[in-house]
Amino acid sequence: MSPLRLSTAITAAILLGCFLQGCTSGPRTVRAATVKASKDRRDAPEFTLKDADGKTVHIADYRGKVVLLDFFATWCGPCKIEIPWFTEMERKNKDRGFAVLGVSMDDEGWEVVKPFLAELNVNYRVVIGNDETAQLYGGVDALPTTFLIDTSGKIAAVHVGLAGKKEFEDGIEQLLQPGGIRRDASNRMSLPAFAIRTK
Amino acid sequence: MLLTACLCLPSLFAQSSGYLAAGEPAKVAGARSAAVQAKIPVTVKVGYHVNSNTPSDDYLIPLKLTWISTGALEAGAVTYPKPSLEKYEFAEKPLSVYTGNFELVANFKVAANAPTGPGAAVGKLRYQACSNKACYQPKTIEITVPYQVQ
Repeated sequence: MSPLRLSTAITAAILLGCFLQGCTSGPRTVRAATVKASKDRRDAPEFTLKDADGKTVHIADYRGKVVLLDFFATWCGPCKIEIPWFTEMERKNKDRGFAVLGVSMDDEGWEVVKPFLAELNVNYRVVIGNDETAQLYGGVDALPTTFLIDTSGKIAAVHVGLAGKKEFEDGIEQLLQPGGIRRDASNRMSLPAFAIRTK
Repeated sequence: MLLTACLCLPSLFAQSSGYLAAGEPAKVAGARSAAVQAKIPVTVKVGYHVNSNTPSDDYLIPLKLTWISTGALEAGAVTYPKPSLEKYEFAEKPLSVYTGNFELVANFKVAANAPTGPGAAVGKLRYQACSNKACYQPKTIEITVPYQVQ
């Protein structure tokens, strides 16, 4: 067998093996980065989307608030677990400078999203997303994907997949504190690490 | 070069193949008006599942094979395997899913006026995959069934 053919055969075998077994031991384990100090956070990408009333929504509209930005879909089981939590968090914290903003990734649009929101008694604003929005936020291949955005419009934490309710609550609470930070013993700014597995 | 290719494979693979792969079925052959079957091998990536053709809840997207063009074949029913009921962290009750390897059986009848010779039926397989913690956008892959009218 020529070196080229051998190389091709090995490559094909690796590709097949990766598919059958996964190149890791199973589903990707996504560990959201430890929340960075304010100076290291990047701006939440701007988008222009429509809400259920046809009103234009920009992420910049939320500057000055802590925002939980939730990418979801009506066909996503894990999303249905988290959405009632977000409804509760909106109710508890809306008067404290906090808002939830849902971004539906349903191709069918409001026809399927409106009944879904009604069924779950969603009390926060929702917009219909698209591929362009998803790309701005890193692709958003897995749903739910949730971003916590600080009052200056910067991404403070990312959850990929179903996360723990307390992790959201802790993150929101800390971002709502004056300055949105806490300091550890060495006086370094820190926020909790959101270590999320998407298994 | 090989090393470079190997290092790049996981990301290339993830973008192009998703969570389910379907192999090309063996060529089916039959005379005019004969019933023929194509077995389509399907593999779901380890650690993931796809909803069966009869999901447990209305909101879930089913696995579905439909035909775009069948050439000299007349499409019949698609036979899906028996799904398994699996419990996942995000659902209260077990879900009807497929995991691992399974086969779809596509039933055809060769048209009475079919010209002899080769051809191909082309269809699309829509699926929606999840892990235990996350779900992924529905995807559609093309299925080709080669045939020979005898």
